[in-house]
Parts: sequence; C-alpha cells; structure tokens
Amino acid sequence: MLSLNAEAIAAIRAEGEKAYPDECCGFLCGDTDEKGGRRVEGILPVANASEREEKFHRFRIEPDDFLAASRAAGAAGLDIIGFYHSHPDHPAVPSEYDLQLALPCCSYVIVAVGKGMAEELTSWELSDDRSRFNQEL
Amino acid sequence: MAVTILIPTALRAFTGRQSQAQADGKTVGEVLKAFADANPDVRQHLYDENGELRSFVNVYIGDVNIRNAGGLGGPIEDGDTLTLVPAIAGGVVCEPEQKP
Repeated sequence: MLSLNAEAIAAIRAEGEKAYPDECCGFLCGDTDEKGGRRVEGILPVANASEREEKFHRFRIEPDDFLAASRAAGAAGLDIIGFYHSHPDHPAVPSEYDLQLALPCCSYVIVAVGKGMAEELTSWELSDDRSRFNQEL
Repeated sequence: MAVTILIPTALRAFTGRQSQAQADGKTVGEVLKAFADANPDVRQHLYDENGELRSFVNVYIGDVNIRNAGGLGGPIEDGDTLTLVPAIAGGVVCEPEQKP
C-alpha cells in the first residue's frame, strides 16, 4: 500500500505535463513500515535516458542516476521506495513492457497525460509471482 | 573486515529486510556468491538460469559500475562497499503510428 500526499501528486502531474509529449520519470523517496506499507516524502525527477525517438513511449533511468538518487535519499534518511512515469495520450495503466521490467516491493506511479494535461494518476505494485500488477491507488 | 553490500529496497524482502549485508571474497563475483549463499531467496533476482548476473542488475564498487571495470572477475578488497543498483525502465511502448 502506498501513501502519497497531495504535494507529491501535484509534483508528478506537473512533471508529466512538462515532459509531454515525452514520458517523464523519477523516483519516489520515502520509507517503508514493518508491514510493507510505503509512504512518500518527496519525489526526485530524473532525465529520461531513452533514445530521443523513443522517449514518447519509453522511459529509462541510468544506473548512475539511480545511485545518485539513492545516495541523496539516504542522506535525508529516506529510501527509494518506487518510481513514477507518465503515459502520454494513454491511460494510467501499466503496459506489458512495464510488467516485464518491474521490480518487486516497489510502487509504480503512472500519470496519464492527455494532450499535454495531466489526467488520472494511479499506483501499482508487482504481484509476488510477477504475473500482474496490483493497483494500490 | 569484509565487503559491505548495500541492498536496494526492491531486494530487501529477500534479505530479511536488511538494507546492508557483509560478505567475503577476493573478486566481485565471489562476494556476490557469498551474499547469495547467505540469502538464498535473493539468488533468482541476481542471477539468470545460466548463473549469469541478470542484465537489469548493476553492481558498483564506490562510484564505478563493474560492467566498465573488470566485471564479476574484478578484484575487491576488504572494507570496500558494493552497491546493487537495479536498472529501471518501462513505458507505453505503443506502435510508431500512434505517436502523437
């Protein structure tokens, strides 16, 4: 389960609009309780490292950027607990591609951006058997 | 003194929720194997069915990705810190004619 405050939601929606028609991406920084519940304290936007001609339908985060974000979060006493990205002109539903590359025990926030305007925002967690995403927001 | 391994959130469910662990070895591969031996549930997330490090798992010694510096056979010393960094990607991946 994910707890996402209004400030973080607004920030993710703004990132999606700013990146349109490309996909935006970034980190969810926060902590995890003993039952696995995740609480977001803030987001860290990061450059979409996909090839220029692929950015409209793919995102990729460079491992160097992950390492830097992890250290920044750690310095603030936080962890990387998930990721966000946008789906330009598509629903806020994970794709098969999202499923193939998903990590366990993390939240995946998706914001739909239609014609440049942020729309629905959802969050998903990979099932234990990796067969599907379970919606948590 | 052993090598310290920093574990990302995504793998902590398989390491007893530890954020770091210690393991011994003279190469990166030996340290990772010792880590996987001590945490058997994490093995499938580090290695593929051929025993190769999964493509979405990056391993850093300090600021250096081992893929650019000797790979699993590269040396490592007691007191070093090894960080596991997952590759992150996804997206809509629609057909080109759907491009806005």
